[in-house]
Parts: sequence; C-alpha cells; structure tokens
Amino acid sequence: MEFPRGGNVSGNPRGTNGRPSCPEEKKPGQNQLSGGTPSGSFLRSMNSAPATDSANLVRRAQEARERLDAQVREMIHWHFNPQTGCPFWLDFASKLGWDPREEIHQFSDLRRFPPFEDDWLRGGPVRRWAPKGLAHLPAYVFETGGTTGVPKSRLGFNDFREDYEVFSRTLPNEHFPPGANWLMLGPSGPRRLRLAVEHLCQHRGGVCFCVDLDPRWVIQLIRKGWLDELELYKQHVIDQALTILEAGHDIQCMFTTPKLLESLALGLERRGTTIRKAGIKGIFSGGTEFTPQWTRFATEELLDGTYMTPTYGNTLMGLACSRPVTAEDGYKIAYYAPQPRAAIEVVSFDDRDQVVPHGKTGRVRLTTLTKEFFVPGFLERDEGEREPPCALYPWDGISGVRPFRKFAATTVVGVY
Amino acid sequence: MLNLPILRWGTPYTSLEVEEVVHFLSGQPLARVSQANTGLLVRDMRYAQRARDALREVPCRELTEMMKKAADLYLHATLPMGDGEQSPDDFARQQSATTGLPEHMSKGNMQKNHFVLSRMDQILDALTRGLDLKILTQGYGAEPRGVLVSYQAQTPALGMVLPSNSPGVHTLWLPVIPMQIALVLKPGPQEPWTPYRMAAAFTQAGVPKEAISIYPGGADMGATVVNSLHRSMIFGGTATVERYKGNPRVQVHGPGFSKIVLGDDVVDEWEKYLDIMVDSVYLNSGRGCINCSGIWASRHTKEIARAIAERIGPIEALPPEDPRAALAAFTVPGAAQAVWRQIAQEAQEPGVTDMTSSHGPRLIEKERCAYLRPTVMHCDSPDRAMANREYMFPFVSVVTCPQEKILDRIGFTLVCTVITNDRALQRAYVDARHIDRLNVGPIPTIKLDWLQPHEGNIVDFLFRARAFQTPVDSAAG
Repeated sequence: MEFPRGGNVSGNPRGTNGRPSCPEEKKPGQNQLSGGTPSGSFLRSMNSAPATDSANLVRRAQEARERLDAQVREMIHWHFNPQTGCPFWLDFASKLGWDPREEIHQFSDLRRFPPFEDDWLRGGPVRRWAPKGLAHLPAYVFETGGTTGVPKSRLGFNDFREDYEVFSRTLPNEHFPPGANWLMLGPSGPRRLRLAVEHLCQHRGGVCFCVDLDPRWVIQLIRKGWLDELELYKQHVIDQALTILEAGHDIQCMFTTPKLLESLALGLERRGTTIRKAGIKGIFSGGTEFTPQWTRFATEELLDGTYMTPTYGNTLMGLACSRPVTAEDGYKIAYYAPQPRAAIEVVSFDDRDQVVPHGKTGRVRLTTLTKEFFVPGFLERDEGEREPPCALYPWDGISGVRPFRKFAATTVVGVY
Repeated sequence: MLNLPILRWGTPYTSLEVEEVVHFLSGQPLARVSQANTGLLVRDMRYAQRARDALREVPCRELTEMMKKAADLYLHATLPMGDGEQSPDDFARQQSATTGLPEHMSKGNMQKNHFVLSRMDQILDALTRGLDLKILTQGYGAEPRGVLVSYQAQTPALGMVLPSNSPGVHTLWLPVIPMQIALVLKPGPQEPWTPYRMAAAFTQAGVPKEAISIYPGGADMGATVVNSLHRSMIFGGTATVERYKGNPRVQVHGPGFSKIVLGDDVVDEWEKYLDIMVDSVYLNSGRGCINCSGIWASRHTKEIARAIAERIGPIEALPPEDPRAALAAFTVPGAAQAVWRQIAQEAQEPGVTDMTSSHGPRLIEKERCAYLRPTVMHCDSPDRAMANREYMFPFVSVVTCPQEKILDRIGFTLVCTVITNDRALQRAYVDARHIDRLNVGPIPTIKLDWLQPHEGNIVDFLFRARAFQTPVDSAAG
C-alpha cells in the first residue's frame, strides 16, 4: 500500500496546503489520465501564463488526449470482442451494421454511437452487462435512481476499488492521515458509494464506520410534503453520526454530502464543539450540488479549519475531483473526470455532439471507459460551464454544475 | 444597479450567489440581490435572543415613537439601499417595475404603511387591549385594576416569509419591533424593496440594527425560516395553507376567498350597493386576499354581474407609470396564460356565463409579461366549479344561491361583507366560524380597520397569557 505525500488535488479554500501536485506525476505509466484537444480559448487563456508553463500544459494536454484515444481503442476492442465483451454490447454491435473495432480509433469517433439511453440500464437480466472476460469474478450490482419505478443498475466487479484508489492519490496525507479511521455518512443501500468509501478507507489503512441515509425515502418525504418527518429523519441520521464521533473511535476522516455536513456541523456546534474539535481533519464531500457560496460558508463558518474537498460523480462514471478551491477564485468549483477511465464533455443544449467553447454553458455528457463498463456519451441531468485544462488536470473540466434547466423544475435535488 | 446584501442581524453580508431583479417590461436589471444559503440563517438564529435583548434595552414606548419617526423616513426620506440610496419616488418606481404593480398603487401602499407606523401607539393599544407594554418587556406586571397578568414571549424573533405580489401585506409585521420582538425577513423574489427600505427607516429612527435580519433566497429559505423560528408568518397559496394548517408556530396567510353576501331583504335594491361591490372587486388591482372574489345572493345575480361587468370590463391594461393604471402585470412567464386557461375551461361548464366576454379579450400578452383584464362570471348555482375561485386580478363570480344555503356553501372566507337588516341572518354570520373578518352592512371588503386584528391577533401569536404569581411588591413596575 502506498500513500502520497502532501499533494492535494481538491481545494483547500484557504490555500494553506501549498502547490498541489499532479497524480499523473506521482505514478507515471499507471492510471494515466488524458484530456481533450486544447481549444482556441484555452490557448488564449494560457497566453497570459509564462510561456514555458503554457507550452508545458499544451504538451501535457496533448499527451492526455493521446492516452484517452488509446484507452478508447483498448476498451472498444475489449467490449466488442466476442470473447470478452458483454451480451448487451455484442448484441448492440450486431445490429449496427458496422464493426466498432474497425471504425472507432479515437475519442471523437465515439460519436458514431447513438446516444446512450439510461433506460437501457433499467431492468434485467443484469448479467447482460457482464463482460465475458470478467464473468469469473464475483459481481456486485449498484443502483442509482429508483425512488419510484425500476432503478438503473450498473454491474460492478472491481472498478469501485480502482476508482477510489486513483482518487486516494489525490488526498493530502496531512488532512487524510494514513491509517486514520473514517466515517461514511451518506447513502449506502444499493449504492456503490458505501463500498467505495469503505475501500478507500481500507486502502489508506483505516477502518470505516458507516451511518446510512436512504435518499429514496427522503425524496418521498419531500414529494409528500412530510417536512416534519424529513426533519426527524435527518436528525436521526445526524444523531447516529454524533454518537459514533463521540464514541472514542479516533475518526479523523469523513465522506459526507454537503447537506449532512452542514447538519453535522450545526449539531456539533449545539454541543459546544466543532468538526475540527471532534477530531475530523479531512472531509471529501459530494453526492449533491456544491455551490461556491455554500463552500465559502462551510469554510468560513462550519469547518473550523478542517480540510474539505468537493467531488462530483455518480454510479455510472466514478468520481471527478475538483481543482483547488480558493477564496481568491471566488470559491469556484471546477471538476475534472478521472481520465482516461471516464471523461466529461460539456455539450450544446441543441446539439449533443457539439462541445461548447471554454467558459460557455452546456449539458454534461459522460463517457465511461473501463473493462467493466462502457458508456459512450450519456447525457447527464446536469449542466455547467466548460473549464479549460489546468496544471493539475490537463484536460477539460466543468464548473458551476447544477441540475439541467429543462429538468430543474421537476427534479428533487440536494435532498441529503 | 443596486447591490442588496443579506442582513445578518444588521450586518451586511454579500453572497457569492446573486439574483438580478429586473424590470418586468424592459428586462433591465434593477438590483443584484445576495442570496443566502439556509445554513447562514440556521447559524444566525443562535443569536435571536441577543436581538430581542437589544430591543428590550429600549422601552416599548420609545420604540413606538421610533416607529412614528420611521414612518416619516419611509415615506419622505432618501434612505440607504444596499450600496446606494433610494428616494421615495425611486422606491415606488422600483417596486412597480419588479412587481408589475402600477406606480400609483405602490405609492398608495406607502401611505398605508405610513399610516400604520405613525399610529403604532393606537394600534398596539387596540391589539393588546390596553395592556401596559412594560408587561411585555418584563413578562408580567400588575394591571391598574390590580390584577397580576403575565404575557410570555413565545419567540425572540418573528420569521416573515413574504410574497412578491402584494406589497400591502407588510403592514402585518410593522407592530412587531415595538413589542421588542426581533424580525427575520425573507423577501419575495420580486419585492425586496419594502423589507430593505423599512429596515433602513427603522435603523435611522434608532431601532437597534441587530434586531433585523433579511435573508433573500429560494423556497428552501422560506422553509428554513419557518423551521428555525418559534413563530413565523408565511404567505402562499392553498398548498402552503394546507401544509401549515394547525401548526401553532406558523400563522399562514393564503387565498382570502373574500365575499359579499346580499340578504333577501336588501337584494332587490342591489344597485345601491354596486359601488361597494365594484370597489371590493377591483381596487388595488384585485390582488389582495381582501379583494372580493364572490358575490352571493338568491336573485338578481345576473343583473348584478352584468352591471359590475359594465363598470370594470372595459378597464384596459395601461403602463405602470400611468396614473389611471388599474391593473397589475403578471410578471412570471406563463402565469397569466395558465390562469386564463383554467378560467376558460371552467367557463365551459353549463350554468356559467362570462359576463365580460363582450368587452374584448381578457388575456393581454406583452413581450415580457401579461395582463388579465377584469373578469366577471355568473354562476347559476354554487355547484359550479367557478363559484368559489380566487385569482390575482380583478375576478369575481356572482353566484345564485338561496339565502338559507349561502353560509353552508361559501366555504372559508377571509372577509365577508353581509348586507342585511335581518337580525337572525346577521347573528348567523356573526356565529359562522369559517368567516374571519366580518363586516355587517355596506362596507367594502377591502376596507380595513387597523385597530382590529387581521387573521389572528399578532399579540396573541407572539405572546402567551399565562398564570403567574409573585408577592405583590415584586410585581410593581
């Protein structure tokens, strides 16, 4: 087991952790991440930087792009090979009239596939998603959605471990000490989050305590307008977390959602203590929308100096990290997908194949490229602004992530 | 453009999230309003008692005098407004521009607020039934008749979840500060102006600034206000009323379904009451919960409906700065269209007659807003769906119903004007528990007596009368 030293990928809003280092540079050749072709605006934005830095970033962005293309080729050959692919994609390819292995050579070629429909993930048989090359491994099923109706299912084997090991390398040891025990405060049940966080903790040498929250029930309570019950349920969850934190388990790290973090911090405050005084040194948070204002509020008023890093992800893609979040940058939160295992594009609302210019708003399109799971161009129910590559992540990112405007009025968001 | 910060017990806080408030006709931004996240409010409520304590340093009588000073400042002075300032004319223009209310109505509402503030001593005297206000400060005291009484504050601060569409409601929270209860205001998205202007006037008049908080935000902020305070007032639709019904911590103000009932003994002389009926329906653009939305009688209803339609049907949508403007715009995209669709659908029911159809189209669509012109419907029976509807414009259903059945059929009625000389009928209306404000006689539904409570006495909402005993000497003073 190996732990990184010092570098932080995600934001310390106070900027006290020094210059972050890049996970790529720590482990060359392993989990190489790649990125999009630099656009004109990206190049313009780099013109203000020292020439060598700009040139270096352009070069690294190009390398990242090449790694992404290589990943695409490898995954296409895996998923559409009758010996290794899963029944769903093999059957799909048989109706295409062309062979993806012959015609898909780079990331942009994935647009030849029709849009990935999330309904394909609903209902059985679940093993149609099991790649033959992995069929001998124990399988997990992870679900997303499902408050009403049939949830979307993702068959998993080891990705949840690998994704979070990649993520682990972005966590600064100063705030996530190796060997520290963790508290996973958030949705578990059929979600992969609980197992993933628990593995992250184990990978870093700790023991993970878990307090569950059932988001499907929370959404039901909101839809029914049972707000008193919602408050009682939230308090029930927070009380369990407070009890665990006060039980002498030396918990120093946490995963939780922004809403639960806020409730926990306020609960601790009512007991005359704080997140930091309760022993928590590092928090990675995600699961619901992060806003710059909330991050500022958390930094200035909730965390008492404890480090927090925002993340963006889901069961289908994995985990996108944020670049360092600083007060100077208005607590802007920009996420970068774990390329080349997954990629985020920001595409036009009118043309899903058209990536918007840097700084412009569009809808999130996800692509997952692992041996376990192939998802080309899934339109997520989120929108945001396309961010240029940065030193830490030399590929495109996204900021200002929020519910896609067309769905925003009907979507229950930020519930847990 | 003005930048309006959050006020956290008087301290400005500029959020990273702002919402622009725009002119409803031109789309021109008029203010950037900082949006609070709910956690800010939850944390700040730890200091609610401190806010009340600051107010209790100032005797109620002095606070009442400050209200009178604030009244003049509010009506006449140029006051700080975020990072700029605002004259009274600015206020009327800005409120009109973002809410769709005609400017002269904004000015009319300013007069209303001024009236309430400048007569605060009389209003408190009436609402407390002549209680020595020191008793509210101390929590107990002896009345002149020698009886020991105790009024315990039920909250250090009152939460107000305010609407965008009816600036008249602000009179309801004006008596709170002089009773030494702090204020937590969540403005309506299109109407931040009154809370900020009133806070500025109060502060300049000497009210401790830490007694007032303003948290602009979305619907979740409204729910957080209600959840975080022991007493809150919230304005909303029927769904909001249902949600908070029976919750002793919440005073909920929803649709009024206000009505005029003509008794059988006077209905043959209905023309005598036409002015009252017309004023009740359309004054102040028909937006208020106290505007009349139903006129009920056993006969002559079609003639009544026709006469009202002839008076208000021709009213046109005029620009907000036109002193003759009588209609407010619907500024939320699609809202007027949705309302009109529902009306048009229900007008299809047999027995329902649109009495204003001969006066031209009702739905007037502009580039960035829409208007609904006054609409009068006749219903031949209370069984028609249209018989009990309320909309945010001058709309009334004139309903035919036998006198003896009207009370059973009118449903909840915020203001009921019953015009009759029949003592038995008057008695029945006095006893009816589904009527809140009752006018017996030819009084417009929109005519309020500020010395009387509105939808519950705010003193009773904020203070609880309870048993209290102490040796007589201790109760002095």
